[in-house]
Amino acid sequence: MSQQNSAIRCSSITKTFGSVVANDSIELEVSYGEILALLGENGSGKTTLMNMISGIYHPDEGQIYVGGEPVSITSPMDAQNLGIGMIHQHFKLVEVFSAMENIVLGTPGRLKSRRAMKQEVLDLCKNYGLEIDPEKRVYEMSVSEKQTVEILKVLYRGAKILILDEPTAVLTPQETDKLFNILRQMKQQGCAIIIITHKLGEVLDISDRVTILRKGKSVGSVETAQVDAAKLTELMVGHKVSLAIERPEPVDAHTILKVVDLTVAKPDGSKGLEDVNFRIRSGQILGVAGVAGSGQKELCEAIAGLIPAQKGAVLYKKENILGKTPDEIIDLGISMSFVPEDRLGMGLVAGMGMTDNMLLKSYRSGKGPLVDRAPARDLAKRLMKELSIVTPGIETPVRLMSGGNVQKVLLGREIESNPNLLITAYPVRGLDINSSYLIYDLLNKQKQKGVAVVFIGEDLDVLLELCDRILVLCHGRVTGIVDAKTTTKEEIGLMMTGEMSAEEKEKEAAEA
Amino acid sequence: MDMFIKFLVAAIGAGTPLLFGTVGEILNEKVGHLNLGVEGMMAIGACAGFMGGYFSDSFLVALLAAFFAGMLAALIYAVLTVTFMADQNVAGLTMTIFGVGISNFIGVLMITRSETGTLKLPENVTAQMRGVHIPLLSDLSVVGELLFQYTPFVYLGIAVAAVCGFYLYKTKTGLNVQAIGENPGAADAASIPVTRWKYFNILLGGGICGIGGAYCGMIINGGVWISNSVNGLGWIAVALVIFAAWKPHMAILGSFVFGALRVLKFYKVGFMAGWPDAFFDVLPFLITALVLIVTSMRGSKGVHIPASLGVNYFREER
Repeated sequence: MSQQNSAIRCSSITKTFGSVVANDSIELEVSYGEILALLGENGSGKTTLMNMISGIYHPDEGQIYVGGEPVSITSPMDAQNLGIGMIHQHFKLVEVFSAMENIVLGTPGRLKSRRAMKQEVLDLCKNYGLEIDPEKRVYEMSVSEKQTVEILKVLYRGAKILILDEPTAVLTPQETDKLFNILRQMKQQGCAIIIITHKLGEVLDISDRVTILRKGKSVGSVETAQVDAAKLTELMVGHKVSLAIERPEPVDAHTILKVVDLTVAKPDGSKGLEDVNFRIRSGQILGVAGVAGSGQKELCEAIAGLIPAQKGAVLYKKENILGKTPDEIIDLGISMSFVPEDRLGMGLVAGMGMTDNMLLKSYRSGKGPLVDRAPARDLAKRLMKELSIVTPGIETPVRLMSGGNVQKVLLGREIESNPNLLITAYPVRGLDINSSYLIYDLLNKQKQKGVAVVFIGEDLDVLLELCDRILVLCHGRVTGIVDAKTTTKEEIGLMMTGEMSAEEKEKEAAEA
Repeated sequence: MDMFIKFLVAAIGAGTPLLFGTVGEILNEKVGHLNLGVEGMMAIGACAGFMGGYFSDSFLVALLAAFFAGMLAALIYAVLTVTFMADQNVAGLTMTIFGVGISNFIGVLMITRSETGTLKLPENVTAQMRGVHIPLLSDLSVVGELLFQYTPFVYLGIAVAAVCGFYLYKTKTGLNVQAIGENPGAADAASIPVTRWKYFNILLGGGICGIGGAYCGMIINGGVWISNSVNGLGWIAVALVIFAAWKPHMAILGSFVFGALRVLKFYKVGFMAGWPDAFFDVLPFLITALVLIVTSMRGSKGVHIPASLGVNYFREER
């Protein structure tokens, strides 16, 4: 790597938040015309580092060089002037503005007429092979469209150094391919690109080099061509990890719930679910795939009895459980556990400790008006040991715990109630590799106990390895229910975009 | 007919302080700051305007004094909420209590020090703040009465609303400012200096509220200082922002409608004749409550409340 070709070089960057050292003397370098992947577990400091390059945070120590020159980046404006553009994990777009308004936002010069603004955006799209309706408002856009706007925003500012923070987390495989093609084209045009992602397959696919962070330290950079997934994981975690997810054979699989023509409305009146039919079997893990917002949330909440259905039924031994109260459902003999997507909102009370959160599930069982905390305290202690939950104490508010530990508390509590149906929405979202595998193990144990598990997931590789059957949702409709052992990622990807083969339709009809 | 014209003229007069307050609050809310201190900033403007005119013998100085006093009050609010990220509701309410209090305090202090026991604006000032007179135009019947004989406050208010509307909706700066109120994180990432524009808008808004206060202090009681001259108008202005859908030109309409409601009791006709005055005093507040209910039901995304209203922005929040 020649000196004049260097786009960004970070030299012993350190950043602390209170007593937490997020970045500890980190070294990183990327050249123009190169794609660098930044890899690391949760909390290893990837986003913090990128935020320092884009001017959101300021490093406590260390020096950043752009094009070989030492620079001080104290605000996003400095970063922009240096040709650095960041596409954040959570899009930074103004919802009520149109695409073009978002793109020109904050750039110098007078406000141009709508026509001129539109033409400018369209020209830019043509140059890079992107597609967007400049007049469309962001709140009407799909995630991939929003991402396109973010990319255009960066290009419009003439950025030559692009940082993408987990850009593929919300995309279908096809959309990811499209994004990667755009990135390759930008690389051809001499841009330097840093991409953060958890997905090892993508790292191997797109990047030229990989820099790995572990616990806030940089553990090294490798040429992508010389490594494989196992080696990358080892570097990331610090020791060898088996990447295979177990899939024990289902035991005693019989239908416990039959969902018939389930139709649910979203709060805004549009259809959240439309005529959904499927069965949930005991001793199996049913995976649910789909682009975010395809009806997963509605599906979980309708079955759990949290939102009303417009039409259809959820049958348990020919009895419809829709419209029944949780108590009545329990009386029927179903013990349902729901691990919601929003762990600290719906799942746990963020400001309470483990003990009190355990009580939430069992407060009915106590006698008399007084609360007996002893059993809950014992349970909390046991879970802490069994699931190796890291917390200063069982009375520490759960919001102070890390994402993985919060998930363990929630899942542990739900499993403790001996459910025969366990619904989990994105249980490994935001969790690092170690915690994720622990959660998969827990789910597999439940499956072997004969529990019916519904697993709403986003990583197709995981769904394919962990689940027995996969149900694919697209715009609230079931576009396929497939056997996870025989299907392929591409097939599911197609179904996620709404292409349903005739064969699948037949199968679905037969299922119902 | 004659009475109807008088009613309209009175409505526009009564709506003018509301117009200033509403436009000032729109500027605040567009950068995401729900400033409940409008009443206080207006009270401070009332006091500063009156005293400015009283001591300088100049209407222009009175206006400037009110503007800068309002700005100074807004500066306190801005430092608390933008820089120190204090809770906006608490800071705003405090501003109201403080503003009304200090305004009344200074008023009473001045009265006790005066020889006559009352404070009255000098002739020169009252002459300037009285209705303008444009030869020919003002003498026209009906048209002249309706359009060309108001106090300078009215024309100033409409001009301020028009300029602010242009600023917010037709300039690049306005687009940037709106982005701050919607999503300061996005604005920041788009390299818009968030803090600078928050201060600019809050201070400008405070100054405009101050002028609205000057109207209350100087005109409503005919140039004589009486405590509590703002008397709740600031609160109606806060609600009018919603009625106006955060658009300054709609604020012109809104404040004159509410002005009409306020003066209705003096122009009771026919079936209303027997209704008690107290009912008409309550009416603007009643309608305000209704407006709040109806607008919060509407819930369309096009004309909606700035998404980050009431939420302070801290860049390094994790």
